[in-house]
Amino acid sequence: MAVVSRGFGARRRESDPRLPPGQYLTEDFPVLSAGPTPRIDLDEWRFGIRTETGGEVSWTWEEFQALPIEDVDTDIHCVTRWSKLGTSWRGVSLDTLLESVESEAEYAMAHSYGGYTTNIPLDELREGQAWVAFEFDGEPLDAEHGGPARLLVPHLYFWKSAKWVRGLTLMDDDEPGFWEQNGYNMHGDPWTEERYW
Amino acid sequence: MTVGGWQPARVIEAVGATPSARLLHLQVPGWPGNDAGQHVDIRLTAEDGYQAVRSYSIGSYGPGETIELAVDEIPDGEVSPYLVRDVLPGDELEVKGPLGGYFVWRPGGAAPVQLIAGGSGIVPLMAMVRAATDAGAAPSVRLLYSVRSAEDAIYRDELAQAATDGGVGLTWRYTRAAPDGWTGHVGRVDDDVLRAAVWEPGREPIFFVCGPTGFVEHVADALVGLGHPSARIRTERFGGA
Amino acid sequence: MRAEIATSTVDGNAAAGLLWDVFEADVTALIAVCGGCREGAPVAEAVVEIDDTAAIVRCRTCTHTLFTVLRHEGGVRLVIGTLHEIVRP
Repeated sequence: MAVVSRGFGARRRESDPRLPPGQYLTEDFPVLSAGPTPRIDLDEWRFGIRTETGGEVSWTWEEFQALPIEDVDTDIHCVTRWSKLGTSWRGVSLDTLLESVESEAEYAMAHSYGGYTTNIPLDELREGQAWVAFEFDGEPLDAEHGGPARLLVPHLYFWKSAKWVRGLTLMDDDEPGFWEQNGYNMHGDPWTEERYW
Repeated sequence: MTVGGWQPARVIEAVGATPSARLLHLQVPGWPGNDAGQHVDIRLTAEDGYQAVRSYSIGSYGPGETIELAVDEIPDGEVSPYLVRDVLPGDELEVKGPLGGYFVWRPGGAAPVQLIAGGSGIVPLMAMVRAATDAGAAPSVRLLYSVRSAEDAIYRDELAQAATDGGVGLTWRYTRAAPDGWTGHVGRVDDDVLRAAVWEPGREPIFFVCGPTGFVEHVADALVGLGHPSARIRTERFGGA
Repeated sequence: MRAEIATSTVDGNAAAGLLWDVFEADVTALIAVCGGCREGAPVAEAVVEIDDTAAIVRCRTCTHTLFTVLRHEGGVRLVIGTLHEIVRP
């Protein structure tokens, strides 16, 4: 039994309700990567969606920029416990992109330049929950933070917001991506602390 | 032995040091002694089991069962106001330590030593001043102490006395208000201050810089800019501004 | 030192206590080599964000997370991130 200190505890601070459990605020924007930063030429950049039946659609950078673009202001939560509130992004909503495909699939695997993958339920990419984002804080997204474009799924831990995203493969069944094979949770909800297996 | 490294400790003395800081003397039965520069983690447990842990540098060094901490109150803090305002002799808490094998000074080195303190960063450096003085090494140690004003300087009297007794070379830097009779400038530590106060690069000093994170990083960067190798600069950041 | 304000960034000295819970030794003087940039620096010099339950220890050169130390159900976990080597100089 720990030694109780007389009178201690009267000044304790309430936990911040804006933060998921176990998280705390940062003003920085730390970089956490599984490998080196890929450098992708905009002339070569493509974003594609492949359905579970093999149908494919893809956009070049010009085609992508011609799609409806949204401003996104949101909080982001990293599994390493930092949270950044009020971040600003610009990107194309996954709702817009998914209009171009027909699919009954329930899951998606995001693929990135460099080989990174992460899996997300498809209905968590719809209805205003996900974007392919290419601007952060008013500037083009820099390569260290996932530029030219990254997936942005702020309601899940930020490892699901795949940097250097190049496309989605839609799947009938859930499959683990890179970190999910290495101990991280298949779903990754910060509000219920789904960090690890 | 102790469970999980936490040892019971008792406050035996609490003395005001500045308007916002207090010196606490803790008796820690079985304390193994500590090197100059080490710290302890303090754990406080409330009646309902709520706990908080904070780190504090030890101002004392050497053998014995009594250690000295100097706690500066942080506004809206959870622990420091308790330690500065509420704690009384006889109160109990838990300590873990001594901790820290990197930011320590032991006698026997050949290089001159430069200590640079920002505010409450003086505490581990005071242990080094005391250890160096007792070891007869004071002539090769300098201290640059940056504080808002003279009344905010923890250990002010002891340092001033040591300076007149031919102890460590002491340079004060007042960032907001200087004492009466001060003929120097007032303001933050800058390159000119460092150049004037610090052992020159040719002497190959080793540095111990301690204080708020921003202060430490500014000073460390400036020292490198003035020609001191970063490998000879040891730092300890206290958080806050 | 562990800051009163969780948003403050400190250094590896502040994680000495949490790390002692893992190793029962002081590791702050050991050199940690980052797998991201291959720079080595004492654990004491790493960038650390720390609160009552966890310390995130990051490479000062490239900001990659070297490892995270977490209190968990009465125990402690050290989750390795980009740390590549530890060297006793």
